[in-house]
Amino acid sequence: MRERLIAALLSVLLFSLFIGAWHLSTLPGAGGPAATSEYAKLLGADAAAGKKSAFPTPADVGRKAWQHLRDPFYDKGPNDKGIGVQLAWSIARVLAGFLLAALAAVPLGFLIGMSPLVYRALDPFIQVLKPISPLAWMPLALFTLKDSGVSSVFVIFICSIWPMLINTAFGVAAVRRDWLNVAKTLEVGPVRKAFAVILPAAAPTILTGMRISVGIAWLVIVAAEMLVGGTGIGYFVWNEWNNLSIANILCGILAIGLVGMVLDQTLAALTRAVSYVE
Amino acid sequence: MSLLQIQGLARRYGTASVFEDVGFTMEKGEFVCIIGHSGCGKTTILNILAGLDAASAGTVIMDGREISGPSLDRGVVFQGHALLPWLSVMNNIAFAVKSRWRQWNRIQVQTHCQKFIDLVGLTGAEHKKPAQLSGGMKQRVGIARAFAIQPKMLLLDEPFGALDALTRGTIQDELVRICAATSQTVFMITHDVDEAMLLADRILLMSNGPRAGIAEVVVNALPRPRQRNDIHHDPRYYGIRNHLVDFLVNRSKLYQSGQSERPAQPTVAKIVNLRP
Repeated sequence: MRERLIAALLSVLLFSLFIGAWHLSTLPGAGGPAATSEYAKLLGADAAAGKKSAFPTPADVGRKAWQHLRDPFYDKGPNDKGIGVQLAWSIARVLAGFLLAALAAVPLGFLIGMSPLVYRALDPFIQVLKPISPLAWMPLALFTLKDSGVSSVFVIFICSIWPMLINTAFGVAAVRRDWLNVAKTLEVGPVRKAFAVILPAAAPTILTGMRISVGIAWLVIVAAEMLVGGTGIGYFVWNEWNNLSIANILCGILAIGLVGMVLDQTLAALTRAVSYVE
Repeated sequence: MSLLQIQGLARRYGTASVFEDVGFTMEKGEFVCIIGHSGCGKTTILNILAGLDAASAGTVIMDGREISGPSLDRGVVFQGHALLPWLSVMNNIAFAVKSRWRQWNRIQVQTHCQKFIDLVGLTGAEHKKPAQLSGGMKQRVGIARAFAIQPKMLLLDEPFGALDALTRGTIQDELVRICAATSQTVFMITHDVDEAMLLADRILLMSNGPRAGIAEVVVNALPRPRQRNDIHHDPRYYGIRNHLVDFLVNRSKLYQSGQSERPAQPTVAKIVNLRP
C-alpha cells in the first residue's frame, strides 16, 4: 500500500517534470528549432518573428484538448469532424477486423492444435504470411475490395489473425493429457469435449493471443487510415499535419494512447476472468 | 463367470516389450491390487483396462464383451487427480455425472453429486476450486468423481502416491468404508505393501520389466472388516507382508533373469495362499 502511494507520487513528479521542461523549452525566445525553420513562417508572424515558439506549449495543447473534449462528436464535413467521431471510426474498424479474425482464427487454431497433420500442412503458409507487414496488403485489398473502409478492415483482419491463430493452436495442443483422458473415460462426445474441456483449458492462452492481436490492430489502424484517408484517428493526425496544427496532432497522439490502453486493459481483464490456477 | 477376464495381454513398443502374457480374472465386488517396481507396466495395464491404451496382444473381456476403448463402465481415478481446475468441486463431479446420465436435470445432478461429496467427507467444500484444496482433498474429489458414475469397475492408478502418510491413512480408511458400502469392484496400482494388505482381496505381483509378467498372485486372507490401526496385530499379517516385501526386494528380479522357476511364458501365475 505504502509502495503504491510512493509510486503514484513518483509518477506525478515525473509528469510535472516533463510538463515543466516542455513549458520552459517552448517559452517565447527560448530558441529551439522554431525561430529559424521555414515551418515557423508557415505558422504565422509571431512564430516567424521568434516571439512565439512554433511548438505548442503544454497550455496550448491543454486548451485544444479541452476543446476536443467539450465537443467530441461534431461533424462539419469531411475535413472537420470531432476527435470522438474519428476515434469511433477507428475503434469500429479495429473491432470489425478483430472480430472477423477471431471468428476465423479460433476454429482454425482449434483444428491446427488438435491435428499435428493439419499443423504441419499449414505451418509453411503461416510462417510466410505472418511476417508480412499488414500494410503491404493494402494495395491488393484496395484493388480487390474497391473500398478504402473495407480495405482497412481487411488489413486489421490480416494483422490480428496471426497471434490469435498461433496462440489458439498452442493452447489447444498444450491441454493436459490427463484432462483429455478424463473426458475420454467419461465417453464425452467431441463437441462437448471441445467446449467443456479444451476451450476452458486453452482460454487463457487464446485470450492472451487476442490481447496481442488487439494491440497490433490498434497500431496498424493509425497507419492504415493515414494511407487511405477519409475518416479515423489516423486520418485525423495526418489531416492536422496538413493543417500544421501540432497541438491537434498531440491531442490525437494522446487519444491514440489512451484508447490503446483501454483496449489492452479490457483484454487483460478478460484474460484474468478465464484464468485458472492449476 | 468372472466380471473381468484378461488373457495373454502384452504391450510392445517396436521390438521392446514392456510386459508379456499377462492374464488374470476379477470377480464382481473384488478388490485387486497390483504391485511391482517402476517400469514393469502396471500403469500400462491399467490404461488398457481403462481403454486409454491398446494392447499389442491379448484380450480383455468384461461382462462377456471384449473391451474396445474407454467406457463409463470403467471409472478411473488418476494418479495426478486430473481435476479440471476451472471447475468447482461440485462441477467437477457434475461433469462426470452429466456424462453418465445425460437426460438428468440440474436438481437430479446436484443431489447425486452432493451424495458423493458427502461420502468422501468434502461437505462444505462444494464450491471451492481444486487449487484451493489440499492434495488429499483433491484426490478425494477424484475418488468421488469416479464413484459418482457408479461404474462396474473402478481403476485406481496409485491414487495416494503423492499424499503424506497421515492423509493417506485417512483416505485409505475412507476407501475401505466406501468399498464395503458400495461393494465396488476395484483394480488398484500401488507401491505400498501395507496399503495393498489393507485394501485388497488379492495382490498381483509383477516381475521387473522389460518383458514383465504377473509372477505371483497372493490371496490376502486377512479377515474383513479391516482396520488400519489394528490390522498388523493379526498373526498372519507379517507372514504375508514379509512374503510381499521379499518379492519386491529379491524375487521380482529373479523371475526376470530366469533364475527362478517362473517359466518364460507363464500361463498360470503362482498362487500363494498364506495361512499361519
